[in-house]
Amino acid sequence: MKAKQVTILSGKGGAGKTTLTASLVSLTRSCVVTDCDVDASNLHLLLKPEVIDKKEFYGQKKAKIEASKCIECGLCREACRFDAIRNFEVDPILCEGCGVCAYICPAEAINLEEEVSGYLYTSRTKYGFMCHAQLKPGEENSGKLVNLVRKNAETLAEKNGLNLIINDGPPGIGCPVIASVTGVDLGVVVTEPTLSGIHDLKRALTLLNHFGIKPLVCINKYDLNLKNTERICTFCKANGIEVIGKIKFDPIITQSMVAGKPIVEYSPDSPVSKSIAEIWRRIMKELDLDV
Amino acid sequence: MILSVASGKGGTGKTTVAVNLALSMERKVQILDCDVEEPNVHVLLKPKVTERKPVYIRIPKVNENLCSHCGECAKFCQFNAILALPTEVIVFPELCHGCGGCKVVCPSNAITEEDKEVGEVVRGFSDGIEVVYGILKIGEPMPVPVIREVKRYLDKEKDVIIDAPPGTSCPLVHSVYGSDFVILVAESTPFGLHDLRITVDVLRQMKIPFGVVVNFKGVGDEGVYEYCKREDIPIILEIPFSREIAELYSRGIPFVETLEGWKARFRELTKRIEEYI
Repeated sequence: MKAKQVTILSGKGGAGKTTLTASLVSLTRSCVVTDCDVDASNLHLLLKPEVIDKKEFYGQKKAKIEASKCIECGLCREACRFDAIRNFEVDPILCEGCGVCAYICPAEAINLEEEVSGYLYTSRTKYGFMCHAQLKPGEENSGKLVNLVRKNAETLAEKNGLNLIINDGPPGIGCPVIASVTGVDLGVVVTEPTLSGIHDLKRALTLLNHFGIKPLVCINKYDLNLKNTERICTFCKANGIEVIGKIKFDPIITQSMVAGKPIVEYSPDSPVSKSIAEIWRRIMKELDLDV
Repeated sequence: MILSVASGKGGTGKTTVAVNLALSMERKVQILDCDVEEPNVHVLLKPKVTERKPVYIRIPKVNENLCSHCGECAKFCQFNAILALPTEVIVFPELCHGCGGCKVVCPSNAITEEDKEVGEVVRGFSDGIEVVYGILKIGEPMPVPVIREVKRYLDKEKDVIIDAPPGTSCPLVHSVYGSDFVILVAESTPFGLHDLRITVDVLRQMKIPFGVVVNFKGVGDEGVYEYCKREDIPIILEIPFSREIAELYSRGIPFVETLEGWKARFRELTKRIEEYI
């Protein structure tokens, strides 16, 4: 049987995706977890993975002009749509690696060079397998690396007969987020009752709708602004979306992060942990899995 | 002066710092929201909109009557955005970067280009502050073309504040590119420290000077402080962890408007930054 997949996302960063994911993994145990935030990944700080396999990732190529062959005709600069060529040099930050300059260069002075742009990891944690990656700073986050992380997780789940994959998603709604949600069975959006949180929640829900993925919502720091929490609930109800849990605004979450533990282990009897356990049960029910 | 406000980790208070700084500055200010996936500056500043402009990228259109199905376009495309089958060519617009390479290599002149809307740029004013923000269309994967358009509005006559997206990849780099100084907003927690470190790596590679604003001071640990001391990174401002500030933010109210003394503190911050530059 193919493993069920749930992705935790939020639109807005810092809403509590990783806090929730780590606890869901701790409660589930027999699952594969991925960190699809390959850019500013944090899940490993709570799950403490031991790396068992590391692979190099080749992403975007960059153009390079060989100064000794360059005849300074300027054709490359005219052809580049990304303004990446100045003074007969390629600015690697602006270069998108399309290769147009190399193709049109009459002196064959330009080459596309491939570099390692990140690493792909397979790890073991005390909860099971974890698939994650680290993109090198400044690289293009095209979603390719996220796809590899997820493929890796799917293979591991199949090989080991595990029926659930939990994906910790990146913030935003672009490439890496799209790569984190395509083909999953469920998207859980973590939001907060701030005007920005609501704004970003709506965009995240629209994205899930765009890809035909069933959404569930949970509200973190719900007591920070009860009026806004009410607004989120009303909005969700009007759109037929279930709010599956509310988590208190509580510094204990930060304390558990400092301790390097999922909150449900750090303080299992706290109201926060109880809310998360409730959310977990609801997710498992939605995916038709036993708790 | 062009100041960017950035942080690897999301939710550390970039927009809060950018907006409160803009409201505190004495000279004419322009604020550019380059977090086009989830722009939030306008949620706090509520500008009166004066201009909306769609952002396009140019994607290929294949004329099947002229196409010889040689496959050169697909072979050339670095982004796998064109699939050349024996009798048909398929374009995947969401993978296309709009480089125009396929058109250049096509020997039959069968490729033309058409505009595809990927988002929009909005410009407006809020109490004399010029606000420009980009909105990536939902379902579109690439934020950089929208960021590029937002930055075309950059007005060097004014003090410019750029609210950068989270993370350390392409969108961040494009946003802070060309800045005189980057304000890194960090929370002193293990997550905050991890993401601060990788952001520092990028800024050092880009050779842009930077300093750290510690937000939510009072929760977490000493990690960020120890790191900054070790790496000789200046801590240029501390904002306490306060339920009051969090509640103001939740209602969309910049805290310099209600909490006394903060405008002066942000003004001092800009003076200190000028010294670093």
